[in-house]
Amino acid sequence: MAHDPDATAPATLTQWFATRAGGIITPIAATILAFVIGGLVVLIAGSNPLSAYKAIFEGTGLSWFLPWVQGDDRTAAARDLQQTLLVMTPLMLTAVAVAFAFRSGLFNIGGQGQYWVGLIAALWIGTHFEGTPRPVHVVLAVVGGILAGAIWGGIAGVLKATVGAHEVISTIMLNWIAIYGGIYLFERGGPLQGGQPALPRSFEVFESAHIPEIWGRLQALHAGIFVALVAVVVYHFLLNRTTLGFEIRAVGFNPEAARYGGISVARNYFLALAISGAFAGLAGSLDILGFRHAISTSDFFTNQVGFTGIAVALLGRNKAVGILFAALLFAALQVGTSSRQLDPEVFNPALASDLATMIQALVIFFVGAEVLVVYAWRLRRLLPGRRSAKEELPA
Amino acid sequence: MEDASLLELKGITKRFPGVVANDRVDLDLRRGEVHALLGENGAGKSTLVNILYGLYHPDDGEIRLEGRPVRINSPSDAIRLGIGMVHQHFMLIPVMTVAENIVLATEPTKGPLLDLKAAEERVSKLSRDYGLAVRPEATVDRIGVGQQQRVEILKALYRGAEILILDEPTAVLTPQEAAELFAIIRSLTEQGKSIVFISHKLNEVLEIADRITVLRRGRRVDTVPREGATEGGLARLMVGRDVVLRVEKSPARPREPLLSVEDLVVLDERGLEAVRGVSFDVRAAEIVGIAGVDGNGQSELIDAIAGLRKPAGGRIRVGGNDVTSEGARERLDAGLGHIPEDRQLRGLVLDFSLAENIALHDFRKPPDSRWGWLYPRRMIERARECLRAFDVRGGGPETVAAALSGGNQQKVVVAREISRDPRVLVAAQPTRGVDVGAIEFVHKRLVQERDEGKAILLISLELDEILSLADRILVMYEGRIVGEYAPDVSEQELGIAMTGGRREAA
Repeated sequence: MAHDPDATAPATLTQWFATRAGGIITPIAATILAFVIGGLVVLIAGSNPLSAYKAIFEGTGLSWFLPWVQGDDRTAAARDLQQTLLVMTPLMLTAVAVAFAFRSGLFNIGGQGQYWVGLIAALWIGTHFEGTPRPVHVVLAVVGGILAGAIWGGIAGVLKATVGAHEVISTIMLNWIAIYGGIYLFERGGPLQGGQPALPRSFEVFESAHIPEIWGRLQALHAGIFVALVAVVVYHFLLNRTTLGFEIRAVGFNPEAARYGGISVARNYFLALAISGAFAGLAGSLDILGFRHAISTSDFFTNQVGFTGIAVALLGRNKAVGILFAALLFAALQVGTSSRQLDPEVFNPALASDLATMIQALVIFFVGAEVLVVYAWRLRRLLPGRRSAKEELPA
Repeated sequence: MEDASLLELKGITKRFPGVVANDRVDLDLRRGEVHALLGENGAGKSTLVNILYGLYHPDDGEIRLEGRPVRINSPSDAIRLGIGMVHQHFMLIPVMTVAENIVLATEPTKGPLLDLKAAEERVSKLSRDYGLAVRPEATVDRIGVGQQQRVEILKALYRGAEILILDEPTAVLTPQEAAELFAIIRSLTEQGKSIVFISHKLNEVLEIADRITVLRRGRRVDTVPREGATEGGLARLMVGRDVVLRVEKSPARPREPLLSVEDLVVLDERGLEAVRGVSFDVRAAEIVGIAGVDGNGQSELIDAIAGLRKPAGGRIRVGGNDVTSEGARERLDAGLGHIPEDRQLRGLVLDFSLAENIALHDFRKPPDSRWGWLYPRRMIERARECLRAFDVRGGGPETVAAALSGGNQQKVVVAREISRDPRVLVAAQPTRGVDVGAIEFVHKRLVQERDEGKAILLISLELDEILSLADRILVMYEGRIVGEYAPDVSEQELGIAMTGGRREAA
């Protein structure tokens, strides 16, 4: 019903979506609007929004790219940028985990759980098999994380494909299983607890399973960012240039037509969720092997990378390039507003991370409200005053 | 300029990005007349009436009602001016009753409460006045399509419509329902209502319209009175050239059977037997037509043959191979082609490009792909040829399917199925919602395929189509084949068989 060939009304609206709203205008407009409203909130909180934003920007380390930033500022910027890129690395992957499933018409809310399962698997491999040569140990642990994530996503896929269990429900439940399962494993007395009986914390990953650091000293940027970037490229080609991606997209757009074309819908639902899980599992393994090296039970409550990935995918419109920029934006926001960065004179650091959360939420809200924006646009054209000049013509 | 004109549209122009949908179109409607708007898919009929109903705003031109210029900025303006519209897809709320739907937005109230009794009474009165029988207390999802259409008409009348726009009203109706609709239209015009009737079916227009305005590619070609108009003449105006309405074909010389169906039993969604033990063969170089009223098991039969629904019993053979237990993909590979009943639901992925749609069955094989890697350029090349060969207009290989008009979408489906060179082609409603030019084209291609030795199974609700294409006609009624006829059978005889009448002794 949505596409009636003779009814040009929805067709033009769709065209409008495709040409303007569907491109990059909406995400950019949504982002700008979110920052403007965020600025108003800063103003109400009694600070100068411009200097607050300037301070946040400096805190992201993105000023490193500006050629006139030199000396100590540059050193500081480099340190901040390392953190931004470090946060960005898993975000790209959890976003891809959402986007890939989304293209098959499924909403994978389970990125967080798949991330944890991948992380735990990589951690287990990284804390065992002492003496394995370094590259082999890293690769083994990463592959283990990917597989674990794929299995976790695949469970939801099997449930969807066989009994039709809704993936939103099953992935959310799998998140909680992963979170509480993880806590059980590493809590005091848990089967995978580390060497200190008083600490609910895992063992440290062996050096041989560390992903090499490439930039910085303390909590440095690791080579995993390249793996993540390659994964985003893989995502793009997998989706657009392989028969598998063709099937996934066909199923996502019109399952009935896909079935008619000889494509198994159930099989693709399973594959889409399993592959999504693999991306999220990769995110978990890069984090643990790249810079965390160990995990505490409290991390299971503070880390939200899987959920933020949903927002990144939404803002990035499920496109590879979009995800790249959206992940950078969200990572920068998170790092730029972290309490240790901001000068209390400029903006209350305790409020800053709330500001970041708020801006993220507003961005998502405005991207989601696109339909409203389009409606407002049409309404504008319907206003009688605007058309009077043209209508006098035929008389 | 007619003095009796109730409504005049002058020089209406509407541009959409890349296309002029209406180019200086004039239309005048007299009180009490049925004025048909005739044109191919995408000729601009719907755009014009959407302008009249306030859904679009013309870039140029003016609308006069009873001689006064009016501006219609929204449907509520149109309603206020006495213009009502019944859309092709109904705008009813399924869970509400007929009466509730009709009075929606202007409900009679008793204090703060809805006065349902008053609403039902008003609706009953209205339906008596105009001879439109409906049950006001029935919920809309329980009544048939024909009834729903009446509700839409009543809704417009309730809001005081003097001018009623009917957008392809017969597209969703059975022939009987269409006949009833025509009776309603006549009684409305007798009571002074004026009707704008949109259609691309020539016979209908000749039956019901007083005057006919023909649109072609956004322009008004001519306005003619019904007296003296002929199907051929109208078709020429619509398409811009002579159209062969009857398919020219030589007698069939059928050979070995390529599609065999034996004792096939298929269940519908509710688990009831929709196909009850059907057997037939389709031989190489013949077209077998299956005639029947909609809902007598045709859809389930098609699905079972195409491998989209598991039969509950019986066998299906394609070219001698038993494919009963195989899926859609294996059957496609076994040489089965399938033009599905509903191109938008099933035949096309509307968000895919035409190239991707044309590759929908064969994207796993070279040249489209190798080892799971797609070659979009080759897909586009293949599509370009296909689109050229089948004269698809309105877009190239990289255009999304949704952007094409219905007729061209159908051509894409036909192009894909025929260009795969299948041995057996199941053509279900191959010309549904398609204009005369495209019908002619599709029919010619089907006959051509037959002459090349394909076995073609044609399932259609249009008797004309069955009669002009099929070499043998099977009539399906309540899940069974109730008769086999030669193509020279009379329409009456088929009609009787289709409605369960006794089979005539051959």
